Order: sequence, then C-alpha cells, then structure tokens
Amino acid sequence: MTDHIEGELSTAGRRLGGAGADARRRLRERAEAEGLLDVAYTTVDSPLGCLLAASTPRGVVRLAYDADAGTDDVLGDLAARVSPRILEAPARLDPLRRELEEYFTGRRTAFEVPVDWSVMHGFGRRVLEHTAQLRFGEVATYREMAARAGSPAAIRAAGNALAANRVPIVVPCHRVLRTGGGLGGYTGGLGRKEFLLRLEGALAP
Amino acid sequence: MGPPPFQALLDDHADDVLRFLVACVGPHEADDCFQETFVAALRAYPRLRRGSNVRAWLLTIAHRKAIDAHRARGRRPVPVADAGSQSTMEDPGERDGDDAGLWHDVGALPQRQRAAVALRFVCDFSYRDIGRAIGCTEPAARRNVYEGLERLREGRT
Repeated sequence: MTDHIEGELSTAGRRLGGAGADARRRLRERAEAEGLLDVAYTTVDSPLGCLLAASTPRGVVRLAYDADAGTDDVLGDLAARVSPRILEAPARLDPLRRELEEYFTGRRTAFEVPVDWSVMHGFGRRVLEHTAQLRFGEVATYREMAARAGSPAAIRAAGNALAANRVPIVVPCHRVLRTGGGLGGYTGGLGRKEFLLRLEGALAP
Repeated sequence: MGPPPFQALLDDHADDVLRFLVACVGPHEADDCFQETFVAALRAYPRLRRGSNVRAWLLTIAHRKAIDAHRARGRRPVPVADAGSQSTMEDPGERDGDDAGLWHDVGALPQRQRAAVALRFVCDFSYRDIGRAIGCTEPAARRNVYEGLERLREGRT
C-alpha cells in the first residue's frame, strides 16, 4: 500500500474535476470590471453563416465571416494589432447581436453600436468612415468613395481599403459598386454582397 | 505573429491550474485562488516574453496565490479534508473516500513539497518545470517531490 503512493496521487489527481463554466464566467466578469478585457469576442449565427464578432471597450473592432471554419487567424490578428488580452465574453457583444438580428429580419436599417476606428489609419480609414455614412439601400462607386475621402484619383486604394474592411455589414462596404454598375469585389464573396444588396432593395430580387 | 489570445491559455491550462490549487489549498479556497491567478496573469500577459513556457508561468502565479491563501489563513491546520468536494469544478467523477484523506495529507506537507508533489502528480510537470514554477533548481525540485512522498509514506505507517 505505502509503495503505491505515487500511483494513488496520479489517480486521485485525474479524479479532480476541471474548471467549469461558472469559474470562466466569474473570470470574464472580473476582467471586465477591472478593465482588463481589451477584446471580447463571440460568435453570431446569421443568414450569411457564422460570424465572429469582437469588441473593445470603445466599440466593434471586428466582424468576420466563416467563423465556423476557424477563428485562430482572426484572433491572432486581433492579439497582434489590438491586444492579446482577449476572452470569449459574449455579454459585450449583446447589443451588436441584437442589431444584426434586427437587420437581417428587416427591422433595422441603421446600426447604432459604435465602431472602434482606432486600429484603422490614414486614407483607408477615411474611405471606411465615409462608407459608414452610406444609408440603407443607397449605393456609391469606388470612384465616389475615393473622392469623398479626399483623393479622387486613388480609386484602386479606395478599393483596397474597402477590401480590408474589418467590420463588414456594420460598415457597409457592400454598398460600394464599380462605376457602370458592376458589383466589384467583397470580403465575404460576391454571393454575400448580392444577398445584402437584395436585402436592402438596392438589387432586384 | 503576436502572442496567442489569452482565451487560448485559459482553454489549455485552466483545468491544470484549478486541479493544482485544489490539491494545494482545498476546493473552496481554490475557487478564489483560481480567479486571482488568472486575473493576475491577464494583467501581466502583454508583458510576458515571447517564447516563455506559458504553462510554467501560469503555475508560478498559481503557486504564489496558494502561498498567499495559506498566509491569509494563518497557521491553522489546512482544511483540505474535503478536497474534491463540489466547487466550481465540473464533473468531479467517481471518488472514493481515500482521496479526501490523501489530499488532506498533501495539504499538510511543507509548502514547497506540497506544491512540488501537486505539480508532479496532478499536472504531470517535469522536474525542470516544477523548478521553474516554484523557483528552485531542477535537483531541488526532485528533492522536494522525493521528500514530500517520503513524508506521505511515513504518515501511513
């Protein structure tokens, strides 16, 4: 019996349970209360698939398509660009979740949740800030967005800025089309752009 | 590539940290120590050097929080007789009465031996990582485990 103390310890150690949901919830609440939750994220189901939504205390900082295919890249990018203090903490994303649901069910035409612009800079940020002004059902061209951002000739740069939009849907880069009516590109694929434009009545059903 | 998101540390190591704390301070204080450990880790995380052994780093913090808990409790005997009873631990599984007695004995060990034994048998740490976590050399970690086991055996004869 006394020779088996090592085996007993290992066996008893395995019988100790792990950290449950309650411990994790307490930690999230504590982190939020002490200002240590730099980025909170969760996943949101939508007609366009599973979205990853992330928010800083300032506002929504990321909305990414295809969250069911993996979130490591998106979270790794947030860790590098914003802060590694990242926890899965759905509560902070509740307002966004609610607004997205209303939007997709036709009960909302404008998002009120704030966007955290601090990780966007320069011309690209100006393009996206002007894009955020486009109203539900309204469309503009890449050329127009370049002009509104102050560089009428920088059409390609405006397109790149829109392609790098970190908060699609909420910052409605899908409302920007090619001159002449071509759809152009979209971060989530053209099928999703068409879906959103139809939802808003900007494209025939 | 930046550091991994903190959530990954929590997913990978929360169970180890909680088990270690239950073995060291008992289930009730383990809950609070667990919170203190991860809040302290979250606070310090952006300053953690790249390439650090994250698991050993987390258990270093847990070890310090366990010592704090012992100090706060004063010199009363360690109330770990009910180690393994329900706390926030999930699925404690089958458990016979012997475990409680065993954890009680572990809890009565001197601080370093207690931590070394818990890291070795609850967290499967190498002697090298035990040394890192409790702040001693690898041979000293080996000695702490050995002496802790000796003492546990003596208690049974």
